[in-house]
Amino acid sequence: MSLAKPDALNITTKQKIALAIGSIGLVILALALFNTNFPNKGLFLTLALGLITVGTVFYSREAYLTKLEGIKNDGVWFKSISSRGIGGWILGVVLTSFYIVLYFFPKYLGLGQNGEANTGLIALFDPLSKLLSGRDASQWFVYGTLYTIAILAFGYKFILKYRHNRYQQLRTISVMFFQLGFAFLIPEFMYVMNNDLPYYDLKSIWPLNYYIFDQWSVKGFISNGTIGLALLLFGIISIFVITPFLTYKYGKRWYCSWVCGCGGLAETAGDSFRQLSSKKLYAWKIERWLIHLVLVFSVVMTTAMVYSYLGTDSSKYWLTKGVFISLVIAFLTLVFAGVMYFKGKELAKDAKYGAISLFAVITLLLVMHFTSTTDHLFFVKGSALRSAYGIYIGSIFSGVIGTGFYPILGSRSWCRFGCPMAAILGFQQRLFSKFRITTNGGQCISCGNCSNSCEMGIDVRHYAQKGENIVRSSCVGCGICSAVCPRGVLKLENDSMKGRINSNDILLGNDVDLMNYVNQK
Amino acid sequence: MEHIAIIGNGISGVTLARHIRKLSDKKITIISAETEYFFSRTALMYVYMGHMKFEHTQPYENWFWEKNRINLKKGYVNQIDTDNKTLHFTEGDSLTYDKLVIATGSKPNKFGWPGQDLKGVLGMYHKQDLENLEKYAPNNKVCKRAVIVGGGLIGIELAEMLNSRSIPVTFLVREDSFWNGVLPSGESEMINRHIKNHHIDLRLSSNLREIKADENGQVKSIIIDETGEEIECKVVGLTAGVTPNISFLKDSKIEVGRGVKVNRFLETNLKDVYAIGDCAEQHEAIGNRRPIEAVWYTGRMMGETLAQTICGNKLEYKPGHWFNSAKFMDIEYQTYGWVFSERSKKDFEAHFHWKHDDDTKCITVAYNKNTNEFLGINTFGIRMRHETFDNWLTEKRDIDYVMNHLAEANFDPEFYKRFEKDILKAYNNQLTIA
Repeated sequence: MSLAKPDALNITTKQKIALAIGSIGLVILALALFNTNFPNKGLFLTLALGLITVGTVFYSREAYLTKLEGIKNDGVWFKSISSRGIGGWILGVVLTSFYIVLYFFPKYLGLGQNGEANTGLIALFDPLSKLLSGRDASQWFVYGTLYTIAILAFGYKFILKYRHNRYQQLRTISVMFFQLGFAFLIPEFMYVMNNDLPYYDLKSIWPLNYYIFDQWSVKGFISNGTIGLALLLFGIISIFVITPFLTYKYGKRWYCSWVCGCGGLAETAGDSFRQLSSKKLYAWKIERWLIHLVLVFSVVMTTAMVYSYLGTDSSKYWLTKGVFISLVIAFLTLVFAGVMYFKGKELAKDAKYGAISLFAVITLLLVMHFTSTTDHLFFVKGSALRSAYGIYIGSIFSGVIGTGFYPILGSRSWCRFGCPMAAILGFQQRLFSKFRITTNGGQCISCGNCSNSCEMGIDVRHYAQKGENIVRSSCVGCGICSAVCPRGVLKLENDSMKGRINSNDILLGNDVDLMNYVNQK
Repeated sequence: MEHIAIIGNGISGVTLARHIRKLSDKKITIISAETEYFFSRTALMYVYMGHMKFEHTQPYENWFWEKNRINLKKGYVNQIDTDNKTLHFTEGDSLTYDKLVIATGSKPNKFGWPGQDLKGVLGMYHKQDLENLEKYAPNNKVCKRAVIVGGGLIGIELAEMLNSRSIPVTFLVREDSFWNGVLPSGESEMINRHIKNHHIDLRLSSNLREIKADENGQVKSIIIDETGEEIECKVVGLTAGVTPNISFLKDSKIEVGRGVKVNRFLETNLKDVYAIGDCAEQHEAIGNRRPIEAVWYTGRMMGETLAQTICGNKLEYKPGHWFNSAKFMDIEYQTYGWVFSERSKKDFEAHFHWKHDDDTKCITVAYNKNTNEFLGINTFGIRMRHETFDNWLTEKRDIDYVMNHLAEANFDPEFYKRFEKDILKAYNNQLTIA
């Protein structure tokens, strides 16, 4: 993690000491990884995590508190690590390798095979896992702990970096809170209370949480009485009520940059890499295809999964294969009809793509229902679809590429190109939300600081220099474009839907008659 | 097809070209000797500071120009034959046009200082200035100190740039307080303190006498006129204002003063020749504006306006309410309407000034003390909404109205501390005292 810090060039002696402290922590973890058997694991684990945290905190204080409040981006494009230099590539390779081992070869991290005790790095985390939930650590526990430490330590750094900006501070405190509480601690405590419950991070909503409707998961919930049922219901209400409501009021930022764990890591540990996202038009085109394909994939996969374990006899349980498939089709059609009715005029070309993909999905579902007598879809099992999704999307895309490639593609490539949750929220944000980034009259000087710092690769300047509000489905509302704007042009706002999209050819400040003449044509 | 040739690929020329393309099918050529593609001049500083790479200062991707059939020509026009409607380039080739637009912007002022053309003396305007700075001031080992001459908007940006690489800066300002020909004293003095807080050696009431050279013809030191003090330095930044970049016109028939003389339609003395942006000089100043407006926004507005004229809808350049903005190190500045400094304000203009205790935020509201009409506002460290003030100026609101509705104009990010109540309280107190 301390590798993510700026280069050791031009840093003060105190910062070098801080780097050294953090590195010792990393060395302990590395030693454990190479099977050093520490005598007192609890002590050494505390030492390792403590030193990493202290190093980062100490480094950040020296970096920011010695300077006046303001924008602190000096040299980000000079530093090797944050400008795709050698440092960046090395870090990228290290992170990517870590994710590959984590997802596919956990035994090399020391995961006990066939009931044996853990060794190596995972064994080092056993004491903490025992303390929290009474069981041995797993590779996911190790990952979760490191992930949480990264968000907390780099979140602190981020708060100092933006200590003049309360929006940034509150947002960061929020992601730190949700990571530590909802993603890390609460699931462990829930296990202590009831160890039959499936792991459930309450803030992780389908389709980001793609396994919530897996058979084992649903069974796990249902077989655990009221609390299990309540959790399952909460999962469903999150999708159909909470999410649309909050997105309508605040845009998708309420989730993506205030709550979500992927977003949380991107905004804290990934902050140094935000400028690396591509702002080119072709990148946007790839984004729109890719993210919606993942969404379609996840809808089909989930439907097929649920379909495969539902029965056909309605006297046993009301939700049969037939009822379920009809519900899915009805819901998708309703969404599509609603969009076409209320927003059809705004869409034009996009609408066509929407229609095509929707009907592709529906056709697939129908074909599945009427051609197969078993749980096959195109002769592929629902479960095979599910495991393909888990490997290619859940592991490779979101983990290996999404985080491993931070120093190459920027900190939000998963959120931008892959996350099906972001696709749904974005779709709603573009069409049915009060959120927008307001452009301040004619004040833009086209400098490009906003576009440069957009982690989602939005060419913010393209809109700002036309005096046009930014209403984009991918915007996660991190607010950095507004923070770095040297002329105070951008403001994240929730306001009425009317006049939210306001393309102008002539900007405010020119001849009023000319503005009226041109803009009303 | 009519051929429109535009000399200069800055904001004025490019805005013009874009709008002509929207309105018509004319052939368009943009000519520049500086860079192949349009870039945002105001962003050059961020390249040196490492916030951005040069390519990020280009607002349009390279394919944009071909797609919109805007020809780009890199070359330096050294002669304009207006009789035959032909441009001649230093490179030897030529280009004919039907209509010509001069949009060549500015160049840094040089006031005949001894040594002003030495190696290491530079302005901060063109891309070449940035390249020079990178050459002579790559770090604080090569450049142990830099001196900046001229306390305006570019001067303070250059100071911020050098500061970002820990290069010590001595900042010579002719006036007795930073930019106080434009800013009222309360604001100007706050910026003085802010500059010093950044450990910049600010020298007020100081002029440059001469720049001394070492044996290689490179800057060695400067002498301050008032004290005779010699300051060793490797780089001298000349930022004492800009002047229209029109020396290539001196043998042409186009009428020039300090800039290219234009009427309200942005037409020069010759038919089919126009000038826009920094290099255009109005015969008569428009309202409180200067005859030469070297501002990003006015360049853009002239481009928007002239596109109408060239495409058959003849239109006067009639800018709306004045606005501008800048950033002084960490302090953002916006202005709407007219607020004059003590030096240049008229008798009827009175000010209400409020400053926050942290010394990084303040506002000055100008009003007519006879009629109470709101004239304008300067705001530092608090963002305000352009549209709101534009409306209030059009509606000729009085100062009481503005002070009581200031919250409507706030444009700071969400959750920021708000100051309207403090400001209103101070305003009401001032009334009771007066």
